[in-house]
Amino acid sequence: MSERSLNINIPVLTRVEGEGALDLSIENGKIGELRLRIFEPPRLFEKFLEGRSHMEVPDMVARICGICPVAYQMSAVQALESILGLEPGPWLTDMRRLFYCGEWIESHSLHIHLLAAPDFLGFSNAIDLAGKHPDIVRRGLRLQEAGNAIVRLLGGRSVHPVGARVGGFWRSPTKADATRLLEELKTLLPQAEALVRWTASLPLPDEKQDFESVALGKAGEYPMNHGRIISSKGLDIDIAGFEKEFSESQVPHSTALHCHHNGQDYLVGPLARMNLNHDTLPDSTHKLAEETGICFPSANLFHSIVARALELHLALTEAIRLLQNYKPADTPYQQATHRAGIGFGATEAPRGILWHRYELDETGSIVSARIVPPTSQNQARIEADLRTALNNFGLDKPEADLRQHAETIIRNYDPCISCATHFLKLKIKQT
Amino acid sequence: MKNTLPRLAVHKFSSCDGCQLAFLNAGEALLTLSRRAEIIHFSEAGWENPLAKVDIAFVEGSISTPKDLERIKAVRESANTLVTIGACATAGGLQALRNGVKQFADWVGDVYASPEYIQSLPESRPISAHVKVDLELWGCPVTGKQVLDALGDLLNGITPVNSSEPVCSECKRSGHVCVLVSKKEPCMGPVTRTGCGALCPAFGRACYGCFGPAEQANTASLAKQFEHMGLSAKDISRRFLFITSATQPFSDTGHGYLEQEDV
Repeated sequence: MSERSLNINIPVLTRVEGEGALDLSIENGKIGELRLRIFEPPRLFEKFLEGRSHMEVPDMVARICGICPVAYQMSAVQALESILGLEPGPWLTDMRRLFYCGEWIESHSLHIHLLAAPDFLGFSNAIDLAGKHPDIVRRGLRLQEAGNAIVRLLGGRSVHPVGARVGGFWRSPTKADATRLLEELKTLLPQAEALVRWTASLPLPDEKQDFESVALGKAGEYPMNHGRIISSKGLDIDIAGFEKEFSESQVPHSTALHCHHNGQDYLVGPLARMNLNHDTLPDSTHKLAEETGICFPSANLFHSIVARALELHLALTEAIRLLQNYKPADTPYQQATHRAGIGFGATEAPRGILWHRYELDETGSIVSARIVPPTSQNQARIEADLRTALNNFGLDKPEADLRQHAETIIRNYDPCISCATHFLKLKIKQT
Repeated sequence: MKNTLPRLAVHKFSSCDGCQLAFLNAGEALLTLSRRAEIIHFSEAGWENPLAKVDIAFVEGSISTPKDLERIKAVRESANTLVTIGACATAGGLQALRNGVKQFADWVGDVYASPEYIQSLPESRPISAHVKVDLELWGCPVTGKQVLDALGDLLNGITPVNSSEPVCSECKRSGHVCVLVSKKEPCMGPVTRTGCGALCPAFGRACYGCFGPAEQANTASLAKQFEHMGLSAKDISRRFLFITSATQPFSDTGHGYLEQEDV
């Protein structure tokens, strides 16, 4: 039985953002071909940006991803402001962190409840899960809505918000709106605590792997909007050095480029961030992390869902802190005079480092742009993970179990194929 | 008991996934929806039956590859009522900025080392360019209310109301200060379809047209106004050639100014 060859064909991998496929063949009891195939049509945003005014960039790059538009806007404004010589003041720094907290809460809650949780509890979708565990799904939807409400406070709407601009925000929220939201968020803190405990109680496989975690760090806080690029193997560089350190290459089976560090795959996202930055968690989140019994840094990718829940708790705690002493700004944005140059931006999107580079000419127009999203950075890691994890799982397991396990592993990474360029279908070929 | 609820599908083509969030961000309404209709296909939420017959199919995304083209025909075959959601499905989306670009092949080569692996149609086009569409919901993104109201009407056998009045009307009713008049900002509100809640003017900034053209939009006149305000031909063309660049009259007005710029 262990020497068998099989053809498994899973036409579409569901519960991921965007669409893609996995080709997997098992030949004589060994994994042959294994390719995470992404064939979402390329949308060529980098080319659309050329010749546009830098003021149009936040509205344009938001459209790369409906789940994490804030991340795109924040990496972009950071890069552009560095060229224009604008320094965000304390009010803006706080409000951008608040904005980002909203997106983390929304995206993490959506992933945990609507995409990942059915895997661990034996359901195929969240509606069926809600039939059996309505309170769990309702808690998730409430937290997701709270995240959206934070984004709406500063951005007007949660998908493709209109509030952010180069230099700040177009409008400063009123004190009354901020207070109303603050009161709502406070009531949700116990729910976020319960969520962390619940994710830690899920039947998560015990599976350790050897990989390099890469995230922003040394930010003086849990990283969202700024930091250096650090890794579990001792990397510590300015974000401007990303291109020298990490290489992007194209593979025939994907419209998303593959990233490597020193020729090896690496991990970005909640688990990588938690592994490298757990010592900067606020006390209450830190205590919860200890309670889970998981010791970070963790080499178990299945702990990603717990890291995500802890980050949701952190983001909610931070949002409450930032709203507590909120005062509207007289001037929510600064204006800059045009300046030519090259600038870099790197922020922590819900799924990991989102790196941007722009060149501006003296009229303020984009000469060139380069965007490296988190999912293309995780692509090689997902393939390496699947090879190891499916072997450990046992290639002689029933086809349906192999299929389910492969999908669960992929979902640990919460791949956003819309960002990476899109499409995920799962096709396992066992010959 | 046989399930006799209306059958529902949500399909995705080339897009950012943001319009499907109208369902996934709906909160409690997402749970009640499952009592009013049976979800048959919705990949992102876990249902995978792309070819099953349905009463209503919602379609996000534009058609931009040969494979998309085959798929949308199958979707049309499978659905009694086909509703497009968002700027990509309804107008070709932001990615339609590549349409008519002579250097498109070079662009692919600039982004990808081996462009021969990339399969792409020369243009990104709306669903209605390829199959019959029963209802088009505009917006980048559509709002949850827009989608759930339309769905509610369809489930009740009512033709959904689909306003095509300009942002300006909604903006005036909301009592916002006019950014075009008072701040001399190049606001697209007079020619853009409403539905967003006049969000940009509420934030003190110019509308950038993300809901596409309003009915009988006088784009030529607005463009003239932008000229008087001192915008260059290039700046004016970019106002019209953005989120829904492939839709008339934005397309003609935008390209007209683009050509002036080239001369």
